[in-house]
Amino acid sequence: MNKVVDVLKERAIYVALVVLFLVFACLSDDFLSPNNLRNIVRQISVLGIASVGMTYVILIGGIDLSTGSVITFVNIITAYFMVNLGMNMWLAILLAVLASTGIGFLNGFLVANFNMPSLIVTFASQTIFEGLAYLISNGMPIFGFPKAFAVIGQGYLGFIPLPVIVMAAIFLIGGFLLNRTYFGRYFYALGGNETAARMAGIRVKRIKYLIFSLSGLFAGIAGIIMLARTNSGQPTAGKGYEFEVITGVVLGGVSLSGGSGKLSNVVAGVLIMGILKNGMVLLNVSEYIQMVVEGIILLLAVGFDCIQKGKLGYQNH
Amino acid sequence: MRISGAFPVSKTGAPLPDRAGIDEERTAFMEDSESILQLRHITKNYPGVVALDDVSLDVKKGEVHALVGENGAGKSTLIKTCSGAVIPDAGEIVVGGKAFRSMTPRLASRNGIAIIYQEFNLVGDLSVAENIFLGRAIRRGILIDRRAMIEESRKVFEKLQIKIDPNTLVRNLTVGYQQMVEIAKALQQDVRILIMDEPSAPLTTGETENLFRIVDTLKKSGVSIIYISHRLDEIFRLSDRVTVLRDGRYIKTLNTKDTGVDELISLMVGRALTEKFPPRTSRVRDETVLEVRNLCGNGDRDISFSIKKGEILGLGGLIGAGRTELAQMIFGVVPKTSGQIFLNGREIHPKSPRDAIDLGIALVPEDRKLQGLLLDLSVSGNINMPIYPKISNHSVIRRKTERDIARRYVDEIGIKTPGIHQLTKNLSGGNQQKVVLAKWLAASSELIIFDEPTRGIDIGAKYEIYRLMNRLAEQGKTILLISSEMEELMGMSDRILVLAEGKVTGELERGSFSQETIMNYASNVKKEKFA
Repeated sequence: MNKVVDVLKERAIYVALVVLFLVFACLSDDFLSPNNLRNIVRQISVLGIASVGMTYVILIGGIDLSTGSVITFVNIITAYFMVNLGMNMWLAILLAVLASTGIGFLNGFLVANFNMPSLIVTFASQTIFEGLAYLISNGMPIFGFPKAFAVIGQGYLGFIPLPVIVMAAIFLIGGFLLNRTYFGRYFYALGGNETAARMAGIRVKRIKYLIFSLSGLFAGIAGIIMLARTNSGQPTAGKGYEFEVITGVVLGGVSLSGGSGKLSNVVAGVLIMGILKNGMVLLNVSEYIQMVVEGIILLLAVGFDCIQKGKLGYQNH
Repeated sequence: MRISGAFPVSKTGAPLPDRAGIDEERTAFMEDSESILQLRHITKNYPGVVALDDVSLDVKKGEVHALVGENGAGKSTLIKTCSGAVIPDAGEIVVGGKAFRSMTPRLASRNGIAIIYQEFNLVGDLSVAENIFLGRAIRRGILIDRRAMIEESRKVFEKLQIKIDPNTLVRNLTVGYQQMVEIAKALQQDVRILIMDEPSAPLTTGETENLFRIVDTLKKSGVSIIYISHRLDEIFRLSDRVTVLRDGRYIKTLNTKDTGVDELISLMVGRALTEKFPPRTSRVRDETVLEVRNLCGNGDRDISFSIKKGEILGLGGLIGAGRTELAQMIFGVVPKTSGQIFLNGREIHPKSPRDAIDLGIALVPEDRKLQGLLLDLSVSGNINMPIYPKISNHSVIRRKTERDIARRYVDEIGIKTPGIHQLTKNLSGGNQQKVVLAKWLAASSELIIFDEPTRGIDIGAKYEIYRLMNRLAEQGKTILLISSEMEELMGMSDRILVLAEGKVTGELERGSFSQETIMNYASNVKKEKFA
């Protein structure tokens, strides 16, 4: 009995997911249609991919506000490479993802070496790379990609959309890194207590470089998927995306104070975000009300985490 | 002056009845005009440790009452109960005839109690006058009356016979003058009991003389002073009475003029070294493991020594003598500025703990919870942390190996835990310390630095840690033991090195250990400063 309670506690987010699912299933006739369900998972793929990197960053007690603008930047440069420079599609993708990883590394370098708060470092790079995206594109959309490129975003493997497969693969790889390799142990150690982690022989700086680079890498992959789905490079493509990614991760129970969280629960957090968005659209809820709801969800998720931490803190004294 | 012990005694001389009778007894204290502050039967427990065990203290009007004891004797905890920073579990505080179960900062200041901690409560970017009146500014209507505050500040400084311009910014003052501002601030609040925690520690010789003069002035004006200091010469210079604490317990209160350094030291270090330490067959081998030559940096100045295989070298000294700082340099936490470190005859340059660990050096740090353990990680995670790269194939952890190693050391060291997946924050202090040790054994460390290894650990677990240390030394591991507990140092070490102010001031071989000599070496440099 106790075990059941424990599991439910640990997986409370899945209970919330099921409840939300049932609510929308009752409220909207279209919600349960196979096409809509497939839509939901496809819609969240960009969010899901980026959330893996964000999970790592938040696990070590940091935050990455540059995710949205990295997505935008990758959108624009990939489009620019392919259309304006006539570059081979795969080469363009490779260079763009390398660039996004580089942006992440730069964030990590500044955070680790100068003790700058990640909030500010990534806030600054958010603005910088959004600006660069505008500069490169002159503020105009870039389109006219090779046909093969669109397949990445719009193709299927059987019934399953390709972006969903990419997302699933990234969740699996991300989970493997976190749970099976020693890097994952290091991430948790670093988030729990940086000093003790260093004293136990962890090279803290290198791990920070790695984590922020991974966040950039995953945001870059997310950006490619998004570009292939929309088939047009937009200088506003990823605007505000970091908000949804952070909300999904925090909903998934990754503590903002670092050191605890499970990637398997982040999957649920991301799904909730997707269902909520989709459900509200089906119910014709206005975009502005959606914004209000999303803000409230983030507050609830963070509040829940902080209150729990507060209680623990009280007990420890 | 009536000679009385610290335990309050009723007028008839009979010991006070316990809690139940306190109310009836109160009038008796109100009549006793000499007593201005009484701490009665104060007890404070922290998880796993008794910080104060039934301690009583009686301070008379206009006296300088010194509080002495080794590090961790409970002095600071005791005075913190007077300010409300520590809430006692039992006992009461009687001030101005009123009895309180516990204090709050407000209550303390209303009853004329002020504490000057080692860290000052001053705002550097405000002027001296503004600091003195911080939170209680003199006002005219809604405006702050700066002139009045400056005037009042001048008066206080005049009374103390010191020259400080009330308009100066506090951050431009030296530490000594900042302390004067703290004192002035307390006086401005009509303080009757001034508690000073190691006030001379940050001061230069000249500043210390100034402090002494002020203490005398205050005393003459009827202020009672509780004076905490490690420096016994100050105690004899300033105090009327002295109370000794040891291990959170009250030992004795003496008239200062009737006692001497030797008696005080023996009361402070106390207890004969009986079977508190496991028997030990020392087998120091003739093979130098660590040699440090003219090491400087991190506050240390020119330290040289060496340790042989299988030896336990004790490092004694007062807090701030540079022992932890030395350990940090050897372990690569803080870089050295000059000098050399040799390990097994080869010079080493550890630039990070990782480097040190790979060289076979381990550090069991002073602050277990902050530095030694990852509290949110499991026993297994902690034990394996330094060796994960070694037990992984292409970064993928060999999970069976991970489990086997954790189980092996849990068994070998005798860590009491429900399982290797238990989070270390749920273990007792002693078992947590064993996890730290297990980690370093798993990393096959050859040189283990223990920094205050038994702090906050109960007696039983202490014995086990000692036994483990002995066993390690017998197995040929080399141990550097930093300890502020004199008994521990003398009971465990083959040789003791004493540090003071970042320098080696003495070395003792087993057989010639004596608490008095160690204490002398430990305060050696400071005495020279006074001469």
